[in-house]
Amino acid sequence: MEISSIIKIERLIKRFPVGKTEFTALNGINASFGTGEFAGLVGPSGSGKTTLLNIIGSLDSPSEGEVSVLGRSVSSLTHKQSAKLRNHHIGFIFQTYNLLPVYTVYENVEFALLLQSMSGSERRKAVMAALEWVGLTDKVKSKPSMLSGGECQRVAIARSMVKRPEIVLADEPTANLDSDNSHHILRTMKNLNRELKTTFIFATHDEKVMKYLDRIISLEDGKIVKDNFITGSKN
Amino acid sequence: MLALKLAFKNLMGAGLRTWLNVAALSFAFVVIVFFNGMIDGWNRQSRIDTREWETGTAQYWHPLYDRYDPFTIQDAHAPMSEEVMAEVRKKNLVPVLIAQATAYPQGRMLGVILKGIDPEQTVLKLPTDKIIPSDDVDYAIIGKRMAESAKLNVGDKLLVRWRDRNGTFDAREIQIASIFKCDVPAADKGQIYLRLEVLQKMMGMGNEATILTAGNEFKFKNLMGWEFKDSAFLLADMDKIIQAKKAGGSILEGLLLIIALIAIFDTQVLSIFRRQKEIGTYIALGMTRSQVVGIFTVEGGAHSILATLLGAAYGIPLFWLIGKTGIPMEAAQATDLPIAENIIPYYSIGLILTTIIIVVISATIVSYLPARRIAKMKPTDALKGKLS
Repeated sequence: MEISSIIKIERLIKRFPVGKTEFTALNGINASFGTGEFAGLVGPSGSGKTTLLNIIGSLDSPSEGEVSVLGRSVSSLTHKQSAKLRNHHIGFIFQTYNLLPVYTVYENVEFALLLQSMSGSERRKAVMAALEWVGLTDKVKSKPSMLSGGECQRVAIARSMVKRPEIVLADEPTANLDSDNSHHILRTMKNLNRELKTTFIFATHDEKVMKYLDRIISLEDGKIVKDNFITGSKN
Repeated sequence: MLALKLAFKNLMGAGLRTWLNVAALSFAFVVIVFFNGMIDGWNRQSRIDTREWETGTAQYWHPLYDRYDPFTIQDAHAPMSEEVMAEVRKKNLVPVLIAQATAYPQGRMLGVILKGIDPEQTVLKLPTDKIIPSDDVDYAIIGKRMAESAKLNVGDKLLVRWRDRNGTFDAREIQIASIFKCDVPAADKGQIYLRLEVLQKMMGMGNEATILTAGNEFKFKNLMGWEFKDSAFLLADMDKIIQAKKAGGSILEGLLLIIALIAIFDTQVLSIFRRQKEIGTYIALGMTRSQVVGIFTVEGGAHSILATLLGAAYGIPLFWLIGKTGIPMEAAQATDLPIAENIIPYYSIGLILTTIIIVVISATIVSYLPARRIAKMKPTDALKGKLS
C-alpha cells in the first residue's frame, strides 16, 4: 500500500539556550509520516520526543533543518498561519488532558470549532459525533472536575478529533491513566485512525501504547536510533 | 464575540475572586456617580437660587461698578433713561441702587450695603412687597444671616449712617419689616433692602441706579451708558468654586478607582501566572497569541461591566432614596457658598455614561497591561506551566 507523506522532517536540529551554553535536544532528525499512520516516538526522558512533537505541531520552530507539515514549512509560518494550521489540521492530546475547567464537556469539545466559521447546527452535529466516538454523550453537561481521568482523556480525544484533523499529536496520553482506561482510550484512537485515516503520532515510553503502534521510532539523545514498522500490532 | 463569551465564562468560573474585584470596582463606580451627582445637584440648585435671589437672568452695570471693589460704589450710579424706565415699567428690568453705609445694631458698628429696590418687582424672589411705604418709618427687609449677625428681629429699629452723593454724612433710623430666608449669602450677608425711592432720596440720586437686573421676559438690547453682564459672567465665581470642589472630589474618586484597578491588575497577573497551561492549550487549539491576549483583556475589562450592573443594583435604590430625602447641608450654610439646606443630587445621563466609560476603559487598560505578556510566551513553556 502506498502512503502519501504528510510530514517530512529533514536534518532537523533543535537547540535550547541553557545559561550561556546551548543544549541540543534534537540532532539531525530525518523522518517522514504518511496519511493514516499510527506511530510512536519512544525513548527515555530528555530524548527529544516532546520537542519533536511540538515542532511538528508548529508550537515550536526548528533551529536548523526543515519540517514540512501538509506541504507547509513550519519555520516559515507566521503566528497566524501556524495557529490556522493547528486549528484546522492538527489535534493535540496532552498527558494532563488540559481541559478548560470552567467549560462543560460539550463546550470543551466545541471550543476548537468556535475558531472556525461553522454554523451552530454544524458545530452541534460535529461535537455530538465526536462525543459518540469516545462514548461520552451522556456527559455533555458535566464539568471536567466531575469526570474521572479516563473520561477526561476521552474528552481530550474528542476535542482533538472534532475538527477531523489530518494529524493528531498525543504526548504521553496514558501516563496518568490506569491500565483499563489506557487500553480503552488506545482502542478508541486506533478505531478513529482506522475509520478516519487520521495520522496519530505519540510521544510515549508506555509499553501499553507501544503494543498498539504500527511504527515505533526510538529516540536517544536527540537522534533516531531505530525506526521500525510493525506488522500485527494490537487492534 | 467569542472573546466576550469566553471571558464571561472564565469570570463566572473564577467565583469569589471575580466578585471581590467587581464589588470594589462597583463601589468606586457608585461613589464617583454619587459625588459628581451631589456636586451637580448643588451646582444646579445654586445657579437657580443665585438667579432667583441675586442676579436675575442677566444684569446691566454702571460702567464704574465693580462687585469686588467697594470703593467703586460711591461713583457707580447713573440716571435711568426713558428706554430703561420703559423696561422697568414692563417689569422686565429691576433697578437697584447700591450704597455703602454703617449700621449700629445695639450700639455696635457694622459695615453694610444698602440696596434700593423697586418694591413691586417680580424678577427676584426677595419679598420686597414687605417694604411697605410709610411717611413715618423707613421700612427695610434683611436676610436671616444678616439678622443673626446683627441680632435683629422683625420690628427692630436700626440706625444707619451713610454719605450722600456730595460726601455729606447723614443718619436715619430704619425698621426691619421682614426677615427672609434664602440660600444665597451674597443676597443676604451685610445687605439691607430699602425702597428704591427712599434710598435715592437718602443719597440725593433721584431716578438713579447702580445695576439693572433682568427678568426672564427681557430681550437683550444695548442700553446706552450701561454694561451688559450675562449669566456666565455673573455665575463665574460659582463655577470656579464648583470646579474646585470637583477637582478635590476627583482626587478621592481617583484613589478609589486606583484601588479597584490595582485589584484587577493583581488578579490579572495572578491569573496569567496560574493559567499558563490554559493559555498554552488555547494556542495549541488554534488561537493566535493576540486572540488569547484579547480574551484575558476582555476578561479583565468585563469586571467593569459586572461592576456597572452590580453598582446599578444597589446604587439605583440608594440614589433614589437620597434623591427623595436630599443631603442635609446646614453646616455648610455658615460659609459664603450659595448652598441649600438640603442638596438633591442630580444624576445626568451624561454623568452616568461618562463614569461607565471611564471605569470600562481604565479596567480594560489595566487588564491589557499584564495580558501583553502572553504575546511573549512560548506556547511549549506555557503548556508545561514553566514560566516564572
